Amino acid sequence: MKKLITTLLALCLMNSASFSDVKLGIIIGFTGPIESLAPDMAAGAEAAIDEVNKSGSFSMGNVSVVRADSTCIDSSAATAAAERLITSDKIQGIMGADCSGVTTAILQQVAMANGIAMISPSATSPALSTVEDNNLFFRTAPSDARQGEVIAEVLMEKGLTNVALSYVNNDYGKGLAASFEKNFKAAGGTITLSAPHEDDKGDYSAEAGALAQAGGDILVVAGYLNSGGKGIIQASLDTGGFDQFFLPDGMIGDSLPQDIGPALNGSIGTLPGTDSPGMAKYSDLASAAGFKPGPFSMESYDAAALILLAMEATKSSDSQVYKYAIDEIANAPGEIIYPGELGKALDLLKAGKDIDYVGASAVELVGGGESAGNYAIMEVIDGKNVPVSYK
Amino acid sequence: MDYVNALAIITNFILLPGLTYGSQLALGAMGVTLIYAVLRFSNFAHGEIMSFGTMVCILFTWLGQSYGLSLGFLPTAILFIPVAMFFTVLYCLLIEKYVFSYYREKKSNPIIFLIASIGVMFFTAGLIRFIIGPSDQSFNDGVRFIFNVREFKAFTGLNEGFGLKTSQAITFLMTIILCALLFFFLNRTRTGKSMRAFSDNEDLALLSGIDPNKVVLLTWIIAGGLATFAGVLYGLDKIYKPFIFLQMLLPIFSAAIVGGVGNPLGAFFGGYIIALSELFVTFAYKKVLGYILPENLEPSSMMQFLATDYKFSVSFIILVIVLIIKPTGLFNGKTI
Repeated sequence: MKKLITTLLALCLMNSASFSDVKLGIIIGFTGPIESLAPDMAAGAEAAIDEVNKSGSFSMGNVSVVRADSTCIDSSAATAAAERLITSDKIQGIMGADCSGVTTAILQQVAMANGIAMISPSATSPALSTVEDNNLFFRTAPSDARQGEVIAEVLMEKGLTNVALSYVNNDYGKGLAASFEKNFKAAGGTITLSAPHEDDKGDYSAEAGALAQAGGDILVVAGYLNSGGKGIIQASLDTGGFDQFFLPDGMIGDSLPQDIGPALNGSIGTLPGTDSPGMAKYSDLASAAGFKPGPFSMESYDAAALILLAMEATKSSDSQVYKYAIDEIANAPGEIIYPGELGKALDLLKAGKDIDYVGASAVELVGGGESAGNYAIMEVIDGKNVPVSYK
Repeated sequence: MDYVNALAIITNFILLPGLTYGSQLALGAMGVTLIYAVLRFSNFAHGEIMSFGTMVCILFTWLGQSYGLSLGFLPTAILFIPVAMFFTVLYCLLIEKYVFSYYREKKSNPIIFLIASIGVMFFTAGLIRFIIGPSDQSFNDGVRFIFNVREFKAFTGLNEGFGLKTSQAITFLMTIILCALLFFFLNRTRTGKSMRAFSDNEDLALLSGIDPNKVVLLTWIIAGGLATFAGVLYGLDKIYKPFIFLQMLLPIFSAAIVGGVGNPLGAFFGGYIIALSELFVTFAYKKVLGYILPENLEPSSMMQFLATDYKFSVSFIILVIVLIIKPTGLFNGKTI
């Protein structure tokens, strides 16, 4: 009997040991206003983890994933989800969260309290640049302070100097709107009306009406494509207020041109992205794995890869240790690493060599761990978002 | 000509959207008011019943579309409104049988009915999300515009114009037909009169031989039918999203109370009052005044009374004002 129990116990222990050596949490909005983007983002992160597992070069064994829903907008649901991942699933790093508001909430209430590092692929609020983070927060997406600059530049280049602005009333919308207004006015542009809108309303005719009265060459819609942003565009088209729209990153996705139809053709937008070879390699990798390299999917891959490479570089899955290696791995000097080369990167790190992780989105971390910011200028052509140039 | 331009702006941005939204609210509010008048409680589940009807309609529309069914320039969904009405009424009757009839037999206080209806609301909301999911569905497959702003401008040569959406025209038409039918039924037919008698004085109605079960049944049929129409028309005109029906409760109840709760005619006008005032108060009159006023008086600001963020507060404000000044509503309903 005693033997049996010891064997059972030993089996249990072995089981729990081999069950998971390193656990990563993926916290993004599988439901909510960017739910159409979430599957590709999660698939991107999981592709990086798969690649690491398959390479067999990760010295801490097998990496497993726990997914949780950030809802994008509900901070209490997001922090509860993060709390569960950390305390009951015992994750060692967070790939997430997605939207700026919930990311801030998770960082301040859960990640910092538990000392877990997080890399967000898509939180772009400028406020996250200066927030107190104990060096635990990184992002592979650039701050909207940079996006506001890019939008202002693009509009001025196209000679659209008189614009109306509608932004979603949350951290993302307000941050982007403020940065855009500042840059656009400094460049000599005029904003006829800057009005917030709420998500999840059925009817946006009042908002569209006010914007149409203010007028302008183009309407900048800093919102979400599955929610209020789409409503504003639809209502503006219905009342004939605007024909052309500027779509920042939250509005770029296949579902928007599909839902709106041909009227959206000719609208322009911005999306974090580069013309570096990493992007093409990532597209191949994604199609081989059977998912689309949608918006923020590259950044998600890079975020997950950075966490695992940093763990390997420090030989530790403790956030408090590996957080110091993330900046070093992401930036020069060292051998350049593209998507699909994670096995090589792990071997180089094991051999004590330096790497410069470029990844899919040309990662370059500046100012306390955020992406320097490369943008693709998108245009809606024949119902598709097509990158036309890079900035 | 300038006055015509100003009028075109007002028509495009206030009158047409306001009247459409008002019609949808009016149909919803008439259901609420009928239930209040006859069954004597505020049915908070009414928004979700609208949502339920729309959901059934969407599901059948999808089924029809998969068989290649189409109404040409009209949305296919119109064809399935009667089917959706049938299922919605059936659902209402199930609720009546398994939830409300129990409290009616016990002659419970209206507040208990109200709380039970909140329970029904949450149950229905969950059921809907379970069946069709929480995301938005666009099911208007017809031609979007009868004429749009650009066509109107080219036709008339005006600087400003308005467009008429197919869904708006359908909404107006259906609302007029439905209201005419409803008022004819309530005022002219024997059954309608028995419903009004039951609403006025239950005991007297019972004494004069009116079958209460029949009246209750009829009320649910009418309320469920109106709710289906309101939901489908709203979904066709805007978008179907389960979440927004919770938010629509406030304007619907405001409409019913402003008009005088228990009075269908009041609910009808209440819907338009709420919808139009929401738009009139939050509209920016800069361009309109620019056309009307002499050149040197043109306003430089937006000329907006309230920012659009406060849209929903308008129904609240009207509600409070009416309750303070004329608690019975504009058309003398009952006091709550």
